[in-house]
Amino acid sequence: MNTLEVLEKLSNAFGPPGGEDPTRDAIVEILRGHVDEMRVDALGNLIALKRGTGRYPLKIMLAAHMDEVGLMIMGVESDGTLRFHVAGGIDDRVLLGKVVLVGPDRVPGVIGLKPIHLLRGNERTAVVKTDALRVDIGAESKEAAGKQVQPGQHAVFATQFGPLGAPAAAGEQARTLVKGKALDDRAGCTVLVELLRGEPYPYDVYGVFTTQEEIGSRGARVAAHAIQPQAAFALEGTTANDLPQEEGEDVSPSTTLGHGPAITVMDRSLLADRRLNDHLIATAGELGIAYQFKQPGTGGTDAGSIHLVGAGIPSTVVSVPCRYIHSPVAILDVDDLQNAVKLMRGALDRLTPDVLAQA
Amino acid sequence: MKDTIKKLVEAYGPSGREEQMRALIREDIEGLADEIRVDAMGNLIALRHARGGGNGRRIMLAAHMDEIGVIITHVDEKGFLRFSNVGGLYPPILIGGRVRFADGRIGVIGVERRDPDKQIGFEQLFIDIGAESREDCPVKVGDIAGFVRPMIEQGHRLISKTMDDRIGCAVMIETMRRLQDSPHEIAFVFSTQEEVGTRGAQTSAWDVDPEIGIAIDVTGTGDTPKSRTMAVRLGAGPAIKVRDAGMLAHPGVKNWMADRAEEAGIPYQFEVLEGGSTDARAIQLTRGGVAAGCLSIPCRYVHTPSEMVDYRDVEGAVQLLVAMLSKPVDL
Repeated sequence: MNTLEVLEKLSNAFGPPGGEDPTRDAIVEILRGHVDEMRVDALGNLIALKRGTGRYPLKIMLAAHMDEVGLMIMGVESDGTLRFHVAGGIDDRVLLGKVVLVGPDRVPGVIGLKPIHLLRGNERTAVVKTDALRVDIGAESKEAAGKQVQPGQHAVFATQFGPLGAPAAAGEQARTLVKGKALDDRAGCTVLVELLRGEPYPYDVYGVFTTQEEIGSRGARVAAHAIQPQAAFALEGTTANDLPQEEGEDVSPSTTLGHGPAITVMDRSLLADRRLNDHLIATAGELGIAYQFKQPGTGGTDAGSIHLVGAGIPSTVVSVPCRYIHSPVAILDVDDLQNAVKLMRGALDRLTPDVLAQA
Repeated sequence: MKDTIKKLVEAYGPSGREEQMRALIREDIEGLADEIRVDAMGNLIALRHARGGGNGRRIMLAAHMDEIGVIITHVDEKGFLRFSNVGGLYPPILIGGRVRFADGRIGVIGVERRDPDKQIGFEQLFIDIGAESREDCPVKVGDIAGFVRPMIEQGHRLISKTMDDRIGCAVMIETMRRLQDSPHEIAFVFSTQEEVGTRGAQTSAWDVDPEIGIAIDVTGTGDTPKSRTMAVRLGAGPAIKVRDAGMLAHPGVKNWMADRAEEAGIPYQFEVLEGGSTDARAIQLTRGGVAAGCLSIPCRYVHTPSEMVDYRDVEGAVQLLVAMLSKPVDL
C-alpha cells in the first residue's frame, strides 16, 4: 500500500473522539510486520514500538491523532429525526445539508435544512445553531429510527476521499491535490505510518496514534506519561487559509499549500522546543526540503499536553497544510505530505543526545 | 539587591526565550546552592540540602524568569511586522512602546489610522524596525520580542518593565544570599513560561516533588485612582496570598508566613486577588497535591511597560522568607 493509498484508507475510516476503533483497526492492519510491538492502552491509544539499532539510549515519541471532528447522537425525536452535539470544533455554518454516517451500521443521514424557497426575512442571513439542527435518516417515527440508531452513537461526515484538480499539461509537473474528510489528522497518521514502515532508527521510536485530541488532547497525555520519552514530535494536519486576499490586504496565511511541511513556533498550547526546531531547520537545509513556519498564536495540538507531562518533555509540531479542516472536506497537496515524511525521517536519523543537551 | 533588580528587569526574556535571563541568574547564584541544574522546560533549579538537624521539609520556591512579549506573525511588503501576544497584553497600552528582539534589535509599535468607534486590537498595531521591505527585514515570523525600559528609582519606588516577575527572582536570589543554615531541603526554582499558563512550574514541581510550595510573584493593588477595590497597597509590606482566581492558599502556609512576620516585626498585608494566578497554582495541583502559598510583591500597572513596586515591600519579602526558612515549620 503506497502513501496515497494509506491516506485514502485512513481518510475514509470512521473515528470521531472516543470512537476511534475503526481507524485504529485500519492502522494496525497496515503496520503489521513493520513494528516490534503494538498495544492499545486504557484510553484507546495505539502505541507502536519500533526498536532502534541501540546506538543511542533514547526514547522518542511521535504522536498523530486518530480522532476526527464528528457528531454524537443525543436523542431521537418523535418524528424520527436525531438530535446531536458536535464532538470537537465544528463551525455551525458548515453543517447544513451535509451527509453523515451514523453508528456502527453507518446509517446514512442528512443534516436537514429548510429550502431557500421557504426562507423568510433574516432567515437567509442568520446562522442556524447546532441545537436547532437534526439528522434525518429517513425514519418516519421514533420507533423506526430507534431500530437503526441509538443515542450515544457517533456520526462522521460521509465524504469520500479522491483526487482533485486538472491533470498536468504535457511537460508540466502535476500538482497532486487530494480531498477528503478527517485530513486533520489522518494526514499526520499517514506520515507516522510511513515513518514506522521504514528502517529502524538509532534509538527506540514510539509511534502513538492518539485518541480524543479534538476534545482536549486527552489520549496523548496518558501515552506520554506511560512512555516518558526524551523528546516528542506531534504530526498534524493544520490550517491553511491561503486563499486570495481582499484588495490592499497584506497578511500571512497560517500556512500555504505546496510550500512544504509547517513547523510550529508557538500556538495556544505550546512554545515549541527551540533545540528540536533548530534541528528540523538544519535537516531541511541539508536535504533541500522547503518548509514554512505555521503562523504563531492559533490552534493547539497533542504536543501541548505531551510537553507538560512529568518533569517536562521537549516537544514540537510538524504539520501538513490542509485547507478547510474541521469541515466535511479538506484539501492537501501530496508533495507537502511526502516532504513531511522526508523531513521527519531525516531529522530522526540525525537526532542524537547532543541535540537535546541543554544550551 | 538593587543592582540585581536593575540587571534582571532590564534583561530580555519573554516566555520560551528565557535563556539570557537564565544565564544572568546563574551567574548570581553560582556558589549559593549545593546543586544547580536546568530541566527539559528550561527551568533553572538550585538545590540547597538540609543542614542543622531534623524537622526539615522539602520546600519549593518559585519565581518566574519569563516576561510578557510579542511574537511576529507576518512581515508585510514594506517591512512592517504584525504580531500577536505572548502572555496577557492589553493592546491600547502598546502604542508608542518599544520592543527588543533576542539579538538586541529595537522596534517601535505603531498603529493604523484610528477608528474612534473601534476598540484597538492587535490587528491595528504593527512594529517598525526601520526595515524598508520584506526582503531586507532581518526579523522573521516566529521571532519573539519583549518590552524595553530602563529601571528608575524614585523615593521608595522602583519603576520598570518586567517587575513581574524579575522582582520575585531578585527576592529569591537575595534570600539565597542571606539565608544561612536551614533545616529544610530547598529547591529555588527560576521557572519558565508562567505567562502562558504556569507551564514551567508544572513540570519542575513534578520533578522536585515538594511537600510545601511557595511562589514569589507580583500582585495588583487597590491604591490608585478609581482602581478595582483591593485591600493591597504599595509600601504596606509584602502581601500574603489568601486567594486568587486559580488558587486557595493552604491555610497552614498562609499562617506560617503571618506568624513569622509577626515574630520578626515585618509589616505585611493579606491579599485576595480576583483575577489571575501564579506558579503556586500549578505547584499545588502537582502529583498528590502540595501545600502551597504565595508571597506577593504589591505592584501597580502590572503587564504594562511601567510596573511600579515599593522597595520596602521587596526588602520585607526577603526578610520574611529568610525568617521562615531558617527554622522548622509545622503546618
